[in-house]
Amino acid sequence: MSDDKTDKYRRVAYYPGCALEGTGHAYNRSTRQVGKALGLDLVEVSDWNCCGAMEVKNIDPKIQTYLSSRVMSIAANRMGMDVVMAPCNGCYHNLKKAEYDLAHDPASAEVVGRLSAKAGHDAYRAGQVETIHALDWIKAAIGEEGLRQRVRNGLKGLRVANYYGCMYTRPRHIFPEKDAGPGSESTFEPHFMDDLLAAAGALNVEFPLKTACCGGAHTLSDSDTSTKLVLNILRAAETAGAEVIATECPTCHSGLEMHQIRADRKFGHKTQVKIIYFTQLLGLALGLTARQLGLHENVSDSLELLAAKGLT
Amino acid sequence: MRALPDIERRLAQLLDGSPCAADAGELLLLAEEVLEQWVCACGEVPTAEHHEGFRLLALHRQGARGRPSFNACRESCRELAYHYNLLTLQVQHADAGARARMMGLLANHLCLFVAGKLQAEGLGEFCCASRPLRAGAG
Repeated sequence: MSDDKTDKYRRVAYYPGCALEGTGHAYNRSTRQVGKALGLDLVEVSDWNCCGAMEVKNIDPKIQTYLSSRVMSIAANRMGMDVVMAPCNGCYHNLKKAEYDLAHDPASAEVVGRLSAKAGHDAYRAGQVETIHALDWIKAAIGEEGLRQRVRNGLKGLRVANYYGCMYTRPRHIFPEKDAGPGSESTFEPHFMDDLLAAAGALNVEFPLKTACCGGAHTLSDSDTSTKLVLNILRAAETAGAEVIATECPTCHSGLEMHQIRADRKFGHKTQVKIIYFTQLLGLALGLTARQLGLHENVSDSLELLAAKGLT
Repeated sequence: MRALPDIERRLAQLLDGSPCAADAGELLLLAEEVLEQWVCACGEVPTAEHHEGFRLLALHRQGARGRPSFNACRESCRELAYHYNLLTLQVQHADAGARARMMGLLANHLCLFVAGKLQAEGLGEFCCASRPLRAGAG
C-alpha cells in the first residue's frame, strides 16, 4: 500500500452511531483510545443522526437510505472529508447499502434529493466518500507490520475466536472492495480481525461460526431462538479452544454477553469464554490500561483472565 | 424426513454425548434434512443432486435460489462439508472428537437458523424478523 493511500486513512470522519453511545460505550472508548495510541486522527461527524438501523429500514428502506446518506453528506459537504469510519457493523452496513442504492437506484436518489432539500442540506451523491469499518481503518492506516512495531505488551498467545457477525460481509454486492484479490477482505472467510490480533500477539483459533447468525434480529421477538444461537456460538468457540471471543460490532457483542447469562439461567448451559471488543485487545497490546479501554464496562468479566495472562 | 424439533433433539443427544468420527455421516444427513424442511416449506421438491460432491451444498443452492437472505447459512453448510471431509479422511486424527463436536454444533446452528427462518418465512430482504413490522405497517 502506498504512503498516499495510508495517509488517506490516517485522518477520517468518525461515525460512532447510537449503539456506541449506549450499550457499546466501551467500544467507543477503546476505538478512540486505540486511534490516539496509533497516532490516528478521528474527527467525529458533526450533528450525526441514526443510520436507520433495523427499525427504520424494516418500515421504509428508502428513509433508511436518506438517514445514512445525511451522515455521509455532512462528512463530505460540510466537513470536507473523504473517508467515513463506522465501527458498528449495523451502521457500516447501512452506509454501504445507502451508497449502493444511490449508485444503482434512481428512485432512492430521488427520495434522498427531495428529503435533503426539505432538511436544508446538500444531497449526498454516490462516491463522495468511502465508508470503511474500524478493521479496515487500522489495517489500511497502520497495517500488521506497523502494529507489530508498536506493540508494547503482546497478547501472549491468548487464544481468540474472531466473531465477525453477519452484517460485515453480507450481502456481498454492497461491499465491492471485498473479494478484490490479495490484501482485500474476504466475504467468504473474513480475516482482517485475525490479521490484526495475530500481529498483536494473539493465537487465533479456527472458528467456523465466525460469520454465523447470532439471532440479533430475534432478540426481542423470539429471545429463546437468539439464546440458542448465541449458546451455539459460545460452545463452538470453546470447542475450538478459545479463551476469548473478539467482537467488532456492539450489537453482536451485547447479544453474546446477555445471552451467555440467559443461556445459563434459562437452559442451564454455562460457558466460560470471555467476550471482548477487538479494539480492547489491541489497546492492551499497545500498553493501554483496562480502565482506559473500558474493560470494566463489559458485562462479560474478563479481568481475572487478563490479569492471569499478565495483560492488565 | 424428520421434523425440525426431532432433528434438534437428536443433535442435542449427540452433542451431550461424545461425538466421534463415526457420527459424521449421521450429522451430514441431519443437516440435509434441515435443508429439506426449508426447501419443502418453499413449495419445492428437495433435489437429489450433488454439488461439489455434497447433496447438502446442492440443497443449499436450491434453498437460496431467489431468496438471497438464505445465503446467511452458506458458510455453515460449507463448513459442514469441510468437517465431514476431515472426519472421514482422517478418522484416527487426534482431534477427531473435537472435529465431530464442531460438526455437531454447525449442524445445530443450521437447524436453529432454519427454524427461525421458517417461523418468519418470506420475511424481509435481509433481516428475517422484519415481516411482522411490515405486515403491521401495511
